[in-house]
Amino acid sequence: MSGVFSPTRAKIKERTLRTDKWWIQPAITFGVLLSFVIYATFRAFEGANYYKDHLISPFYSPCLSEACLPEATILGWTPVSAEIFNFALSPALIILIFPLGFRMTCYYYRKSYYRSFWMSPPACAVAEPHKKYTGETRFPLIIQNSHRYFFYAGLVLNVILTYDAVISFKNPEGEWGHMSVGSLVLLVSSTLLWFYSASCHSCRHTIGGRLKNFSRHPVRYKLWSWVSVLNHSHQQFAWYSLAGVAFADIYVRQVATGAWTNFYFF
Amino acid sequence: MARKINLRIWRGDATDGGLQDVQVEANEGEVVLDVIHRVQATQMGDLAVRWNCKAGKCGSCSMEINGKPRLACMTQVAAYGDETITVTPLRAFPVIKDLVADVSFNYKKAMEIPAFEPPKELVPGEARMQQIDVERSQEFRKCIECFLCQDVCHVVRDHEENKKSFAGPRFFIRIAELDMHPLDTLKNRKRTAQEEHGLGMCNITKCCTEVCPEHIKITDNAIIPMKERVADIKYDPVRWLGSKIRKREGIV
Repeated sequence: MSGVFSPTRAKIKERTLRTDKWWIQPAITFGVLLSFVIYATFRAFEGANYYKDHLISPFYSPCLSEACLPEATILGWTPVSAEIFNFALSPALIILIFPLGFRMTCYYYRKSYYRSFWMSPPACAVAEPHKKYTGETRFPLIIQNSHRYFFYAGLVLNVILTYDAVISFKNPEGEWGHMSVGSLVLLVSSTLLWFYSASCHSCRHTIGGRLKNFSRHPVRYKLWSWVSVLNHSHQQFAWYSLAGVAFADIYVRQVATGAWTNFYFF
Repeated sequence: MARKINLRIWRGDATDGGLQDVQVEANEGEVVLDVIHRVQATQMGDLAVRWNCKAGKCGSCSMEINGKPRLACMTQVAAYGDETITVTPLRAFPVIKDLVADVSFNYKKAMEIPAFEPPKELVPGEARMQQIDVERSQEFRKCIECFLCQDVCHVVRDHEENKKSFAGPRFFIRIAELDMHPLDTLKNRKRTAQEEHGLGMCNITKCCTEVCPEHIKITDNAIIPMKERVADIKYDPVRWLGSKIRKREGIV
């Protein structure tokens, strides 16, 4: 008998005496994250329907495989073989480790999935079901300390996805100065990703949080203050940017399959 | 306007105990501590409850109300409507009697945290620093040591065995307060936070922040920044190399 049922503690047989619907939040998080994981897995392995008329899905950008459509690559650069050990490698699988790693090690998502998937704990003051707990002190969870490296990789991806959004301001003939619903979708998606990265706790630390004397670094202090403001909404940016990326991919896929027509404003 | 409310109070000690139902009068604007005192005065003369300021500043009346760690003096009865209000002692600590828990674990942990270490040459009264250098630490000074964060933290609440190696959120904000202080010179504060006080056990579920009556952003402003500082010295080879080349810890 451990935890709240330890011999010296008040003898209460319930795991929790909370009377509110504490399970709703983790249940919703579980449902949404699981849906995203299933959809992202399907798309990552699909290996098709990721490009149409200067619109490229964020799941497939940068497209680095020899299997990529030539127009979906960055200046034709395809350093990765289309097959590894006779296994046809979808271009998405090459790059998804970076956004996946960034979100898996994100301090906000950690809270979400520790609560909703691992139930450690499922909610505050609700006893967890595990007998032992070592937190993030051992492998594999000690890898969470690499969040800053995924943050740096995420910045590179943000630049590329912003480039994709800019490229989408072309019409199917390749002429600049045209805007479609797809351009808007990619622009919103990449902007949300910038907000998600800029509000990141590692960003806050790197930009000034590690300093002891702000007064000696007034510029970094100012930047830290701005990032701290964004950091208050990191949770919101995490969800909005996830939804933005998912919708951008769905939109490009629908356009690529011909199910939807990409409407041009001008 | 007075009305009758249903109250369930945990009564007992470390050997045995249980929840007892009582009906008690509650007046408009009263807090849970008021009705507990009325029960004590009219129905349970030997009911043990710890309290002091009744203003949310001493941290004495910490208990669990409908399963959530709260200050009884800051919890409005009206917030529960017609619902039965269940009050128990803090469930992360040994019970002494009724609503009083033994929180001495926290005082032992407090003694394990190395104290502030100013520069040796600094004469008392001569310390000078700018407001922007100390404002981060000042947030943590709002702590009233109610230990609700310690109570709700699942690392010790659900795992008694972790109490040996885990200081808890209250003391992580103490460590952060000192590590961020411009005049603190103790070198190994980050390393000991991880290796001796169990910072790595925290998995950022933010319950400590949710229950803090002083609204200190314990996780975002203390624990995560400390985890990042620990990553600087223990898990970031580039930073480690930089510190060796430039002979500094990156804390100027």
